[in-house]
Amino acid sequence: MSTQYTVVGTRPVRHDGADKVTGRAIYGGDFTAAGLLHGFILRSPHAHAAIKRIDVSKATAYPGVKAVVTADDMPPAPGDKIVDLGEGETPLSYVRGNVLASGKVLYKGHAVAAVAAVNPHVAEEAARLIEIDYEVLPCTLTAPDAMRDGAPILHADLRMKELGQKTDRVSNISDHFRHVMGDAEKGFAEAEVVVEGEFNTSTVHQGYIEPHNATALWNNDGRIHVWCSTQGSFVVRDATACVLDQPVSQVKVTPLEIGGGFGGKIPVYLEPVAALLSKKTGRPVRILMSRQDVFEGTGPTPGSHLKVKIGARRDGKIVAAQAWLAYEAGAYPGAMVGPGAMCVFAAYDIANVVIDGYDVVVNKPSTAAYRAPGATNAAFATETLMDELAAKLGMDPIELRLANAAKEGTRRADGPKFRKIGCVEVLQAMKNHPHYSAPLGGPNRGRGVAIGFWFNVGLPSSCTISVNADGTVNLVEGSTDIGGTRTSVAMQAAEVLGLRAEEVLPTVVDTDSVGFTGVTGGSRTTFATGWAAHDAAQDVVRQMKERAAKLWEAAPESVTCERGVYQSNGHSATFRELAARIGETSGPVVGRAAVNPRGVGGSFAGAIADVEVDPETGKTTVVRFTSVQDAGRAIHPSYVEGQMQGGSVQGIGWALNEEYFMNGSGAMVNSSLLDYRMPTALDLPMIDTQIVEVPNPAHPFGVRGVGEANIVPPPAALANAIHAAAGVRMRRLPMNPPAVMEAIWRKSTSPDS
Amino acid sequence: MQSKVHVQTTINGEPREFLCEPRQSLLECLRDTLGLTGTKEGCNDGNCGACTVTMDGRVVTSCLVLGVEAAGAEVTTVEGIARGSALHPLQRAFLENAALQCGICTPGFLVAANALLEAEPDPDEQRIRLWLANNLCRCTGYDKIIRAVQQAAREMRGANA
Repeated sequence: MSTQYTVVGTRPVRHDGADKVTGRAIYGGDFTAAGLLHGFILRSPHAHAAIKRIDVSKATAYPGVKAVVTADDMPPAPGDKIVDLGEGETPLSYVRGNVLASGKVLYKGHAVAAVAAVNPHVAEEAARLIEIDYEVLPCTLTAPDAMRDGAPILHADLRMKELGQKTDRVSNISDHFRHVMGDAEKGFAEAEVVVEGEFNTSTVHQGYIEPHNATALWNNDGRIHVWCSTQGSFVVRDATACVLDQPVSQVKVTPLEIGGGFGGKIPVYLEPVAALLSKKTGRPVRILMSRQDVFEGTGPTPGSHLKVKIGARRDGKIVAAQAWLAYEAGAYPGAMVGPGAMCVFAAYDIANVVIDGYDVVVNKPSTAAYRAPGATNAAFATETLMDELAAKLGMDPIELRLANAAKEGTRRADGPKFRKIGCVEVLQAMKNHPHYSAPLGGPNRGRGVAIGFWFNVGLPSSCTISVNADGTVNLVEGSTDIGGTRTSVAMQAAEVLGLRAEEVLPTVVDTDSVGFTGVTGGSRTTFATGWAAHDAAQDVVRQMKERAAKLWEAAPESVTCERGVYQSNGHSATFRELAARIGETSGPVVGRAAVNPRGVGGSFAGAIADVEVDPETGKTTVVRFTSVQDAGRAIHPSYVEGQMQGGSVQGIGWALNEEYFMNGSGAMVNSSLLDYRMPTALDLPMIDTQIVEVPNPAHPFGVRGVGEANIVPPPAALANAIHAAAGVRMRRLPMNPPAVMEAIWRKSTSPDS
Repeated sequence: MQSKVHVQTTINGEPREFLCEPRQSLLECLRDTLGLTGTKEGCNDGNCGACTVTMDGRVVTSCLVLGVEAAGAEVTTVEGIARGSALHPLQRAFLENAALQCGICTPGFLVAANALLEAEPDPDEQRIRLWLANNLCRCTGYDKIIRAVQQAAREMRGANA
């Protein structure tokens, strides 16, 4: 730990802490307003069907009902309009089509109509009276099935993009791209040892405990006010405005507290619908999703199908790698296969690489981001094969990774060259961790390791800081706080100002009250909004020097500031003393900054996992787990550890239990938290953490961002541990008891293994 | 619409009365009728624990209790955990141990952990995990929650010694 800082690296209690342990914090679903109406969304019972007729007359006539809307109530989406809502460009027709289906439903759970009524029960009862004639169509649920000739086509106007070129081919494959570096064929010819495999991962959900919610008021002055839980208030503003064909200035979004997101609370689902219902009724309308709605109607992370091949020399140097990645986008294109391809071999310096990626639409919910989206799927394949390669070469798996680890200057197959990164440092920390050399402590146990990469993102952030006469400051930001970022951002301002963390008072405000700020996602908030806070604090320091100069009748350049103490020519005053005298100078001091930072620092993470596999049932128990991650700089180490622990456990759930269990007609049959089994406290050991700090040279404090890379290694680490414990190689997620048991039986009856 | 039932109950030590339809859950009554929104809805089918309250000392998921069942009962919600203007040791321990991230599950955990420490002042790690197994947290991986409960238990035993 660096000792140059007084606030950065400490563990203050979060500013919103008291509200959140007393039940006072107002989350999206807690919001209410005078005259509130309650909305309910009717969803498709079919995975793929044409809508022939919708008759809302019985619902409209139901006592207590105030309005009913369908896609016909939305302004038409210009056919070719493209919008960027924080996660890349997408046709507006897709955003709009996912909010309320028009013409066709593309997955079970697709929203079709909505009712506003005096209470939620009446709204639901009335919605059930809406008559819809469907012509049920054949559905396609997996990427390999959807890619075959003759598969049911989801979008008659979707033309496949092939290696960057538009084609005329109507297909469920939205995009096929390829990254090439060196000559993979030649590389494999030189390889002395080759490992390869086909892998599958199931669709899984982010699993935030708070269901989506939105309240909207279409006011009599024409402005739309939205209150909701979101990762990005400006994304909600822009998306709602786009879907409703309004200028962005006509929409104001007030982000309330948010109960988890993990990438899944970036898209809009309810906000435009609540606004339409409000327009029809003249009253505020609140819509809350049920848990089943969350599973069936919001974006999970893609299921995926991967073929990966790695070739090495006998000395352990990897000379060639090849990947074929097909990810299931769900109903609309955008399967996060791009990021998967960026990350699949990112941890290694390999001269000859070819990566093919396929973005494939299927009749499942339209996917959304989930913590390092696309990377976990890819690493499951790569890092399992690295384990096999180490075994074939007789090398320690960490030594093999160290021998090939990416470093500053290593080029990734998708183009960029790494700046300063901490891949080697993470691997060394894993090797030196006592866990790695500890005895396993029992039979049927095994240990596995894996590493993972996430590139992190920048995006714009804005911040203002105003000085109070008592020597504290108010910090205004636009980043919704999901896990303590009010504090990790405020600490960076405090460090610059020479204040304690508690003396910086952060507030997350609505979209009318702060400059544009991107989503809380991509591990960016402590990085980018923290950077804005740093710059805004520097702006305050500059102005405070001017005020001190005025008071002391000194030249502004003569005033110095060291840890909050201002000095010039024998004069000295603390920040607090100066703040008290601001009134004598020239009015309030307000610092501001708006950044769109370059210099994002990617983060590497590693996992060491010990498991015990019950040979009678195939059940895998995690008995010890260690997460290692390069934070760049840990602003608040407890929150960094928390990200590592939470990401690790989501990875454990993805690895061992979680999946969308689909029946043949495309219905998810486990859409409750009983049957979609996320890890409970009883399923887990303590999650040990080790923070590595390889500062990001671009950031004022060296921050990289730690929200995501930690979820990437666990599935592969657990697969490798299961192999060590039970002698079976798992190629499919989840590795639940039936899957492991089957692998054990197959092994015992197969003469080859 | 169904006619409503008059319910008299005790919530966080104070007598309260409200009207509810027979089909409304206690969770709905707490949140929408009484404005006690500290109790959260995560699944409405008893599987996430975000709506955990105690009823006559028993830990229940309030989404699986009908509002009318609260008649004559003593209900404690997260709003009843703090000791006046001072935080309860569990609340303080959650903050000091960073045992919450988004905080949506925190009210349920606090109520369940409080019931645990009232029943068993010195639980080991496995007992804590068992008592909290009906409360899902998706952010923390539970590690810091377990540590917070352990810290609060130590402090409370010290205070009672």
